[in-house]
Amino acid sequence: MKHLDSLEAESIHILRETAAQFQRPVLMYSIGKDSSVLMHLARKAFFPSRPPFPFLHIDTTWKFHEMIAFRDRRVAEEEVDLIVHTNPDGLENKVTPFTHGAAYTDIMKTQALRQALTAGGYDGVIGGARRDEEKSRAKERVFSFRDAHHRWDPKNQKPELWNTYNGRTNKGESVRVFPLSNWTELDIWLYILREGIPVVPLYLAKDRPVVERDGALIMVDDDRFPLLPNETPMMKSVRFRTLGCYPLTGAIESEAATLHEIIAEMLVARTSERQGRLIDQDQSASMELKKQEGYF
Amino acid sequence: MDGTPSNAAPSAHPSLAAQRVQTYLEKHEDKGLLRLLTCGSVDDGKSTLIGRLLHDTKQVFDDLMSALERDSKVSGTTGPGRVDYALLLDGLQAEREQGITIDAAYRYFNTEKRKFVVADAPGHEQYTRNMCTAASTAELAILLVDARKGVITQTRRHTYVCSLMGIKTVVLAVNKMDLRDYDQGVFDAIVAAYLPFAAKLGIDTVTCIPLSALEGDNIVAPSPHMPWYTGPALLPFLEEVDVATDREHSSFRFPVQWVNRPNLDFRGFSGTVVSGAISVGDGVSTLPSGQKSKVARIVTKDGDLARAVAGQAVTLTLTDEIDVSRGDMLVPTEDQPAMGDHFTANLIWMDSNALMPGREYLVRMGPRQTRGQVTSIKHKIDVNTMDERPAPTLELNDVGLVNLSIDRALPFDPYTENRDTGSFILIDRLTNATVGAGMIQFSLWRSTNLAWQHLEIGPEQRARQKGQRPCVLWLTGLSGSGKSTIANLLDKRLYAEGHHATMLDGDNVRHGLNNDLGFTAQDRVENIRRVTEVASLMADAGLITLVSFISPYREERNSAKVRIGDARFVEIYVKADVATCAERDPKGLYKKALAGEIKNFTGVDAPYEEPLDPTVTVDTANSTPEEAVELILDWLRAQGFLSVEGDGSGI
Repeated sequence: MKHLDSLEAESIHILRETAAQFQRPVLMYSIGKDSSVLMHLARKAFFPSRPPFPFLHIDTTWKFHEMIAFRDRRVAEEEVDLIVHTNPDGLENKVTPFTHGAAYTDIMKTQALRQALTAGGYDGVIGGARRDEEKSRAKERVFSFRDAHHRWDPKNQKPELWNTYNGRTNKGESVRVFPLSNWTELDIWLYILREGIPVVPLYLAKDRPVVERDGALIMVDDDRFPLLPNETPMMKSVRFRTLGCYPLTGAIESEAATLHEIIAEMLVARTSERQGRLIDQDQSASMELKKQEGYF
Repeated sequence: MDGTPSNAAPSAHPSLAAQRVQTYLEKHEDKGLLRLLTCGSVDDGKSTLIGRLLHDTKQVFDDLMSALERDSKVSGTTGPGRVDYALLLDGLQAEREQGITIDAAYRYFNTEKRKFVVADAPGHEQYTRNMCTAASTAELAILLVDARKGVITQTRRHTYVCSLMGIKTVVLAVNKMDLRDYDQGVFDAIVAAYLPFAAKLGIDTVTCIPLSALEGDNIVAPSPHMPWYTGPALLPFLEEVDVATDREHSSFRFPVQWVNRPNLDFRGFSGTVVSGAISVGDGVSTLPSGQKSKVARIVTKDGDLARAVAGQAVTLTLTDEIDVSRGDMLVPTEDQPAMGDHFTANLIWMDSNALMPGREYLVRMGPRQTRGQVTSIKHKIDVNTMDERPAPTLELNDVGLVNLSIDRALPFDPYTENRDTGSFILIDRLTNATVGAGMIQFSLWRSTNLAWQHLEIGPEQRARQKGQRPCVLWLTGLSGSGKSTIANLLDKRLYAEGHHATMLDGDNVRHGLNNDLGFTAQDRVENIRRVTEVASLMADAGLITLVSFISPYREERNSAKVRIGDARFVEIYVKADVATCAERDPKGLYKKALAGEIKNFTGVDAPYEEPLDPTVTVDTANSTPEEAVELILDWLRAQGFLSVEGDGSGI
């Protein structure tokens, strides 16, 4: 079998196990390329049935506008059930990435996710994380256990053998399921290309208004962006390797306006994709800490 | 909604980039996937080797490289000016601080020929369970040896675990050759020490490569430092090695994961073909029920297939409306696997709470979950010396050979033939932890190669017809305790009350059915196996079956209980002490035994293990046989065995 076919079959197997083993499965849909691949795989796994679980989007209200438009279009096209949750406390207290720094991610992402998962009583939570993204993820199981506080205990993971998955939980506990564990960023793009999977246009280079802050290019996506006195957005041909909240997502200068060109750039790329994601640069093991706290 | 034209390559004027990608894709089109495992002890340089492979195949990005150079200065162990490749791998903070690798990590790298999934297994003794986890999906293992130390205990242990987990291809990477002056003699001596050992463990192919991960010798290209070595460097070898397991050419097996039912017109069975191949029109049976049908369609979202092979995830529909659920297995009607409910298996224990033989665990075989228990531990294996030792239990990281019994007979293949249908995990019912992982060797009951017949009329129907709930009354006790006397009286009373009963008497059975059996250990096991089978059939036929059988060992009675089924097995302890029985001595056997004329006589020079928790105990030293019979009858009535609360549809 070709390697993309092997990866696809493995992911489908994991998605079916998730549907069968959990009382209330849910798929974390973050609109990015990995989520797009997940959606595509979920449609394949259960065809001709529709995916037997809802999709959940944690909306911080600071996502790129194009992401939200894309989300609504794709959800309608694929006829999946979408649940959108925003942390009401965060809204009430006007928490923004500009005013609250690290607390913003905690309140609008981590806390919001925990609220939504607890409210939905979800016991099997499908995510698009890949082991090649980051060092602590390399050690995570496909079925990754979370205690009643949504916390991950990296030192006490369940052994996971063959393709046999143990999704049993007690009340309040849950399992994060990662069907794309064995995919790399390159695999994702090759698969998107082969299968013709739609992705948010932000992945493709285009002239966009950006400012440079702390060495990162940040797109000014709306007028909520507080410009510093000497800052003027300039138009640059940029694209994004990962998508999140626009004030926290760095763009890269690029002329790659088609998928073929993106892959071509990647073949010579010497920078890993999370570099554009500002939350990881706090400290060397920051992702591991965030995961222990319940961030995906 | 599948295809979006905007994603396709621009066709009119393909750009340079598009052409490059096209060339790249063509090159990578037939690229396969190789899953490999790396193992070695703490200082063998395993992480350095993987770091080196990632680096030399250009998988390490610039920002990671600069973080690495920074980290090397803080916690690197390779000395000034050197990059510590191991830091690329030790992901968890605790590991970076302690300098150990506490959990299996997965790494990926590509060459033009293959994509590699590397499971990096820890070398520490206490983490055998992680190595088994990593090995369970690997097709090949790279085993590191430090050229300065040669083959050590850990090398042997890792080789053993590889062989246990079914890895048949091993690369012995003799690392740190630079520290032994690239000396051929050193390498040859290590190879000579290792090969016989690997052969003994059934590892088919061993390739030995001298290298230095730190210096990059024999990693991607032949090393100029070791001209005497004429074999391949590591990476070229990994690109070419053939690990085909012939999965596609073995028997078709399809464990059903999910019943696909979008509407009343479609009923499909979704799963992954774990071995073999299937075509539309092929005859299949669903196990364990044994119902037969044919494959109508092989459905995927990209269109129906005419044929599906091992590794593909598909949805099958059948020509007949037969009952198939998650956990059932579709197999060729002509080529069915064995069925069994009592196995001998290698078991790895993975929990800090030790294995409790006799305790009920959840047993998961692929998508099938059932309940079961370890009925006995034949021996524990010292993974360092391969010695087999008796053991009352298995502790964390122990490996042992055990007998496992499960609730009902299920299809299986020996693990050596099929990893997917020959493996299982044990789950603790309270904590939900995965506590054990097992590899089936064979079934203890020799019913293995018979196709299971689907029974249209089941025990329910027969019970209703006879107005009773069938059961097996298993009378155990010393010779002369009164088993046969009580069974005879009970049989008469049941007959008089209009019930349907039958008797199997230990002595009588030996005159007929079992007249070819003596009293050796093997014959005893066979004797009790046959009686259990016959009793089980009698109960299936709806009869109250009386078995009077000394059956001195708990293990034997427990096997019978498991085979016959908990709900209909009634253990009756006919209790009388040896002195009382010897005094009665109805057959004159005690006299002979005490005189030494009969050997291995239960109660005299062979043990009788009293039931720990018998369903009914009758004390014949202090009561008459008639009183004993009344006691048993009262119990049967109270439990509802002598009547059927049916829906009136019976007789």
